[in-house]
Amino acid sequence: MEELLRLDHLSVEYQVKDGYLSAVRDVSLTLNRGEVLAIVGESGCGKSTVAHAIMRLLPMHNERITGGVFFKGEDLTKYTEKQMVKVRGKKIGMIFQNPLDSLNPVYHAGSQVEEAILLDGKAKRQAYDETLQLFSEVRMPDPEKQMQRFPHELSGGMRQRVMIAMMLSRNPELLIADEPTTALDVTIEAQIMDILMRLKQEHNTAVLLITHNFGIVSETADRIAVMYAGQLVEQGTVYEIFDAPTHPYTRLLLRALPRHPKTDGRLQTIDGAVPRLTDVKNGCRFANRCPLAKDICFSYDPPANSLGGTHIFSCHFREEALAWKNL
Amino acid sequence: MEKPVIELHGLKKYFSISKGLFGFGAQQVRAVDGVDLVISKGEIVGLVGESGSGKTTLARLILNLTKPTESFIRINGTDISHAPRRELKKLRGEVAVVFQDPGGNLNPRLTVGRSIMRPMRIRGVSRKDAYEKALKALEIVKMDPMYMDTFPAQLSGGQQQRIAIARALVLDPQVMILDEPTSALDISVQAQVLNLLLDLQEQMQLTYLIITHDLNVINYVCDRVFVMYLGKIVEYGTSAEVLRAPAHPYTRGLMAASPNLNPRSREKNAERLSGDPGSLIKLSPGCRFAPRCHLATDICRREDPQMREVSSGHCAACHFAESGVTTKEMSLSL
Repeated sequence: MEELLRLDHLSVEYQVKDGYLSAVRDVSLTLNRGEVLAIVGESGCGKSTVAHAIMRLLPMHNERITGGVFFKGEDLTKYTEKQMVKVRGKKIGMIFQNPLDSLNPVYHAGSQVEEAILLDGKAKRQAYDETLQLFSEVRMPDPEKQMQRFPHELSGGMRQRVMIAMMLSRNPELLIADEPTTALDVTIEAQIMDILMRLKQEHNTAVLLITHNFGIVSETADRIAVMYAGQLVEQGTVYEIFDAPTHPYTRLLLRALPRHPKTDGRLQTIDGAVPRLTDVKNGCRFANRCPLAKDICFSYDPPANSLGGTHIFSCHFREEALAWKNL
Repeated sequence: MEKPVIELHGLKKYFSISKGLFGFGAQQVRAVDGVDLVISKGEIVGLVGESGSGKTTLARLILNLTKPTESFIRINGTDISHAPRRELKKLRGEVAVVFQDPGGNLNPRLTVGRSIMRPMRIRGVSRKDAYEKALKALEIVKMDPMYMDTFPAQLSGGQQQRIAIARALVLDPQVMILDEPTSALDISVQAQVLNLLLDLQEQMQLTYLIITHDLNVINYVCDRVFVMYLGKIVEYGTSAEVLRAPAHPYTRGLMAASPNLNPRSREKNAERLSGDPGSLIKLSPGCRFAPRCHLATDICRREDPQMREVSSGHCAACHFAESGVTTKEMSLSL
């Protein structure tokens, strides 16, 4: 498989009043062509920050990025802003959680997609035809009519379709979908995910899916990376993570999913709370809630343990975690 | 059978959206259109459906925040829709509510303590008693008393939802309406809140009506489930039964769309629903689901299907419910 994107010890820190706040710490990942990699985690775990760091969409005044973001072997962190403009949309497309925020309210849905196509120096007529084509490709009902509508006249699902059409118009090699269906009904969510998965297959696009929804992940992802408080705690194929979660956090989290009726017992809960990012410096950030934690966990970053193949988890106590797993 | 806590029959709520010239051509949104619902004491009942299906309007009707167009609602045998004002005040205390977005439903300028005390203070409980009770309520939702003096903005989403639950509990309600209680929360927090709700229900014999679109949550907490589509109940039964063998094609579609928590059953549920839920304004005659239904025939477009029993206590409003065409076994996330 051909490697498309590689994050190499990526860290993102924000400068705050007294020092630095570490939002993402030492994340290393690879994403191959045609693959769906899901970054999952609870709010504040840094999953969106990773996505924005790849696209260099962070606020640009108080952050410090270290490590590398290699897209087809080239380090995007070294690119100038002018070079990045050519990457965004053309090479890496992105769709966001709330499409209404991403669409211009005073232009028709169709003309916003046409605008994206015109960037590639195509004729107006051709842009119109391509847009119509794209609208039907994303299963927009009555595409010609919807092109003449304003974003506020469209339903949430249709707006997200416009965003997908816009993203597709430039035919990117990598798609970053940041919580693409969070605001939608389950039926519409399923339709949108079906469209994304079909497009992935037809165009062999790689997808980086950012979500907190384990249901979507289990249905669509090839591989999963689990984040907690800015650290990558475990990664592996969807089956490795769902069948044999090894990091204590992943294990507890998966047991907190409502998968059985209450008569079969209560859901697992995780005691304690996520640490404030201003308080953490070194060490495993899950340590204060971890049943296996010892002194070392609070002072040194945990090493990455390989469990063969792509299954990696970060923990000081490899053997204990494996043994605990079998309890 | 226990005596019903909530009872409503043929309940309707129409909203007028345009009067038209001299009242001609007036348009109505039929948000709730002939709903029957009977909930016994101590039951946990789920209400599912897409947005715009009328779930929240139904909840508002039960809370007496809006008056029905037709029929009435009985809470513990008393008709709340036509009760005199004085009695209403007492009745309102019996039905409590917890909303989806806890941050938006707590007054940002009131401390947690004052928010929890407020319903009691309005009812003339002395400040001292109200304070005592608020402390107790905090303890019940497993929060430290030190939070009495904090403001909602200083709390996390899960903590805010606990406060909302504590506030709902202080008037000793019999019924709690939970409108998407966990959809804004993270998974681990969702588990905490759901467990808390189950514990409270057991300890206090509460009755819950949980409105959600998450079938996994329904599967975990609910005894029975009602499925709503465009203002009507299309299927109901015990949640085990409905989720194992859904009889209405809409329920089947919802289940197919609902994310499955087992990656090994990816291809199993392929019966996707297409299209959006229709509009509640221009309703065609016949079954409301017919335009999206793959089983629809002429009779569906002509006649509105009646509720029919599929098995004991499990009913569906579909012309083909009994024929077995619709009941193929499905499994959710197991």
